[in-house]
Amino acid sequence: MTATVTATGTRPPVGARPAPVLPGYRFELAKLLSQWRIRLLLLACWIAPAAFVAAVSLQSSLPADTVFGRWMNATGWAGALVVLDFSCSWALPLLTALVAGDVFAAEDRLGTWRHLLVAVRSPRRIFVAKGLASLTVLLLLVAGLAASGIVGGLAAVGNRPLAGLDGHLLAPADAAATVLLAWVCVLAPTVAFAAVGLLGSVALGRSPMGLLMPALLALVLQLAQLLPLPVAVRTALPNSAFIAWRGLFTSPAQTGPLLIGLAVSLVWAVAATALAYRLFLRRDFTDLTYDGSGRRVVVAAVLPLAALVVLTVGVIAVATPATGSGIEKGKLQDSLATAYAHLYRLQTRELHRPDVTEAQLGASASCDKGGSRVLDRGPGNDWRCVVSWHLPGASAVGSAIYQLDVTADGRYVADGDGPKEVNGYFQVRTPAGDAPNPLWQFDGNVDLLASTPKE
Amino acid sequence: MGKVDENRSPAVRARGITKSFGDVVALDGVDLDVVYGQVHGLVGPNGAGKTTLLGLLLGLAVADGGRLEILGTPVGRTLAVPQGVAGFVDGPGLYPSLTARQNLSALASLGRYDADGATGVDDALEQVGLTDVADDRVRGFSLGMRQRLGLAAALLTKPRLLVLDEPANGLDPAGKHHVHRVIAGLAADGTAVVLSSHRMDDLAALCSEVTILATGRVVFSGPVSKLAAESGELDYRLLTSDPAAAHRLASETPGLRVAPGRDPAQRLDTDVLVVRGPVPAVDELVVRLVRAGVALRELAPVVTPLEAAFLALTGAGTAPVRTGQEEQMDQEDLR
Repeated sequence: MTATVTATGTRPPVGARPAPVLPGYRFELAKLLSQWRIRLLLLACWIAPAAFVAAVSLQSSLPADTVFGRWMNATGWAGALVVLDFSCSWALPLLTALVAGDVFAAEDRLGTWRHLLVAVRSPRRIFVAKGLASLTVLLLLVAGLAASGIVGGLAAVGNRPLAGLDGHLLAPADAAATVLLAWVCVLAPTVAFAAVGLLGSVALGRSPMGLLMPALLALVLQLAQLLPLPVAVRTALPNSAFIAWRGLFTSPAQTGPLLIGLAVSLVWAVAATALAYRLFLRRDFTDLTYDGSGRRVVVAAVLPLAALVVLTVGVIAVATPATGSGIEKGKLQDSLATAYAHLYRLQTRELHRPDVTEAQLGASASCDKGGSRVLDRGPGNDWRCVVSWHLPGASAVGSAIYQLDVTADGRYVADGDGPKEVNGYFQVRTPAGDAPNPLWQFDGNVDLLASTPKE
Repeated sequence: MGKVDENRSPAVRARGITKSFGDVVALDGVDLDVVYGQVHGLVGPNGAGKTTLLGLLLGLAVADGGRLEILGTPVGRTLAVPQGVAGFVDGPGLYPSLTARQNLSALASLGRYDADGATGVDDALEQVGLTDVADDRVRGFSLGMRQRLGLAAALLTKPRLLVLDEPANGLDPAGKHHVHRVIAGLAADGTAVVLSSHRMDDLAALCSEVTILATGRVVFSGPVSKLAAESGELDYRLLTSDPAAAHRLASETPGLRVAPGRDPAQRLDTDVLVVRGPVPAVDELVVRLVRAGVALRELAPVVTPLEAAFLALTGAGTAPVRTGQEEQMDQEDLR
């Protein structure tokens, strides 16, 4: 052949332009939403919490191990918070693993990178589109968990006031706002875990380890949170906001750990995304057998994130007053006395007795951990406290005993040890019949970062 | 063929292209010219560098050395090929959870080829014969259907250079017909097509020129007819009414040798005779068979001339018996 044939039309060659981000985003979203796994997750997140909360709220046996679990048959808002607490422990890291942890690896499995690159012509835009699409799906899943839990609780129990973690009552409107705010707050650590998922997906290619990276990280961090770590280390971990939202349910709100947790989460989100972006742009897409490599993951992902933890610990240790575990005798006494006073008022109302204010009660607590041979600080189930109060017009001082199980994250369960008519029995006899005794067992929360009050 | 424009630059002009992956040299000084309206075949044994070269044409990688111009534009970095290049390597990239139509629509929106809207997608599906399964998920598609859908995806872009890696893989006769018709139609409209294939019948049917690669180097590039002429003596299988007489006549025909073994593809068919020689000698044998009253029921080359040339040039298989001097002369001719 010696002659050249004219091309279709006579268009001059035009430099290839990358595809816009919006169509790429829509394409990535369509790919994600067309997967049965994602559809099932969406269905589960929008239905299962409602069914669970409705079913459990109507039972006599409640999940008291979970924060707010013991209030599930008292108010519909407690159900949403039980779902939130469970989600923070397991569901959200798992969801991020299944969505963000697979969004890049899926292309490796399908062998579609070359096709996608030829179509989009910009690895940068592919990264942005995939990141945004996985974030969108995650938001849909989280919204489903929140909405479903709230609807299930309200439908089964009703829109009633919620007792906070210091015993104060939140009116239904306040409870609604605070519950929604708590769900919004956990979006930050969710995004951080999603970024880790992206990083794992980029770094490890089709290897299943990429998918597992957020779930594994969550498991390791959960175990770490169970240990009596210094508060600076605990707060510097990216899952601290998964716990710190509980501080919204005290008055005043314990905003210190929450704000730091949110900041740490956002820093992790940015850092992990940036690492994933850098790895992605450096990848050789002509290598179809790409499976990531252990060395690459360690150098490009694990080491920078470990360095970030060290840096964050240093900053928090310097910038906050907290030392040690953050669980001090004085803070615990204050927290217990406050919660007791609020819940005493609640019990008073149940019993139709004359109302008293917290100031009139003047409740105080005296705590001891494990007897005289043990320092009165740190987590443990060997805290024993005596709460004292007095009623207006009465000269005698009332006292009640509590055994406290304080966990390293600042949560404690106060278990009433008598007297029976105050806090020693799980029910109280009201004019309308037997009712749960709010002073028998209750949850509280210590602000780990607050400075220790003078005893 | 479409209108001729001798002044235009070729769709692909590659000079001295080199590409290595670590210690492995995938391409070593490759030259390639593909003009508009031409279907250019790329053949070679596994590992010859075909996919690497096709990847360069699609902009998936950049050459380590040499000069590459695509559609008249020098290409110096990845994903920098000009608009109008489409195709696939290592199979079409399709998403199994999406339908055929969804796959194409997404591609159309990504590449801003959706000016024709759904019509463009429907046209592309119709051209490759997948209209009936347009709304089926690709998960259930056979390999041949995926290949056709990959071709449809390339058609959406209205390419001026179409790059296809093994487009005939897994195709049934109907699918092959569709694909051949589409490729021929594109070439007739002036699109340059570069395709790789291991199927010599496809290349012979579609390509006007071929380039043969072996270990990263071009061992032949030119018209298919010239390549076929390179094949020299071929093995032919004969099926006659009197095998004994045919054997005797073949032995007596000048320039023709009866192959020592039977046709490898027909080992159980004892009536088949395999002879080796140039075309004039085979013609003479046919005349002698007719004169002797032996009916000739079948006469065909054991391998096509193209395949024979390929095997000879790449040393990939049992080639027709040739002397070393002949081989050397052939190589010099190619250079």
